[in-house]
Amino acid sequence: MMADKNWPLYEVFIRSRSGLSHKHAGSVHAADDQMALDHARDVYTRRNEGVSIWVIRSSEIIASDPAESSALFEPAKDKIYRHPTFYEIPDGVENL
Amino acid sequence: MSKKETLIAYLLRLADNALILGQRLIEIVTAGPELEEELANANIALDYLGQARMFYTYAGELEGKGRSEDDFAFMRDEHEFRNLLLLEQPNGHFGDTIARQVTFDVFYRLQLEALQDCSDKRLAEIAVKSLKEIRYHLRHGTKWLIRLGDGTDESHERMTNSIHGLWRFTGEMFAGDELDEAMKKEWNGPDLESLKGEWHEEIASILEEATISLPDEEWMARGGKNGQHSEHFGYLIAEMQTMQRAYPGANW
Repeated sequence: MMADKNWPLYEVFIRSRSGLSHKHAGSVHAADDQMALDHARDVYTRRNEGVSIWVIRSSEIIASDPAESSALFEPAKDKIYRHPTFYEIPDGVENL
Repeated sequence: MSKKETLIAYLLRLADNALILGQRLIEIVTAGPELEEELANANIALDYLGQARMFYTYAGELEGKGRSEDDFAFMRDEHEFRNLLLLEQPNGHFGDTIARQVTFDVFYRLQLEALQDCSDKRLAEIAVKSLKEIRYHLRHGTKWLIRLGDGTDESHERMTNSIHGLWRFTGEMFAGDELDEAMKKEWNGPDLESLKGEWHEEIASILEEATISLPDEEWMARGGKNGQHSEHFGYLIAEMQTMQRAYPGANW
């Protein structure tokens, strides 16, 4: 019965500093989009964590299926040549 | 009253407004309808407490008798508090809390906007800092007022009753006295007459969007600004002060 009265769930993404990307921070319940932004501000930026907030209805997120994870991710495991670890770093190059 | 005493008295009104509203909101901490709203309320309550501390501290420094923010908050009696009657009204249901919040915050925002330009530098700085918080409170409260007013039949009726029930306490905000007059003249402070016009315009537009009828002009209660409080007030400060009264000077 209560389930019908629950506000929908939103996922919250916070950008901590200009130039960085938004990172998933958690989720909030809210009755509408604007309320979700306010709630995200109140719940996840209380300690000065953010300069920008994104919220999106959790139901709008398209996620990969855990059952398919072996098909999706396993093949990359033995392709070590995709990592840039085979290059000789020339002398004199710093900060690489 | 000397010029310094006048400024101290004005600061204490600002401080008492912030402290008493903050204390009221603290009473409903842990009783929020949703976790998110619970945090919003606690954040808002703490904003007022922070503002009260800045005003008290400044008043204490001006006074020069060694009174701290705690002395002002916990060691004064009922008749020494100068907050508006509106702010000591009980929380009631969520709609009542929101009605009190929005009617006051629209006024408080206008008051702080005017104080940003006052000639006392420190007060102007506190106003600038506080304004950022109050603008957020208003955003939060106004949306709730509209959501509930323009919501279901029941929420509309209850929100309307909340606004109409508190209306008689809104007049005191604009009932100027010699202190308001001195603040305006000596420090380029707020002009309550023009604030009243702006307040009415803004409240009318919020109520219209919330589909709530604008209350008629009616008799307005006053007294808080001069230390005459409603029956609720004694209980409020008794709870607020009990620890410091029982253990004077107690510290965390």
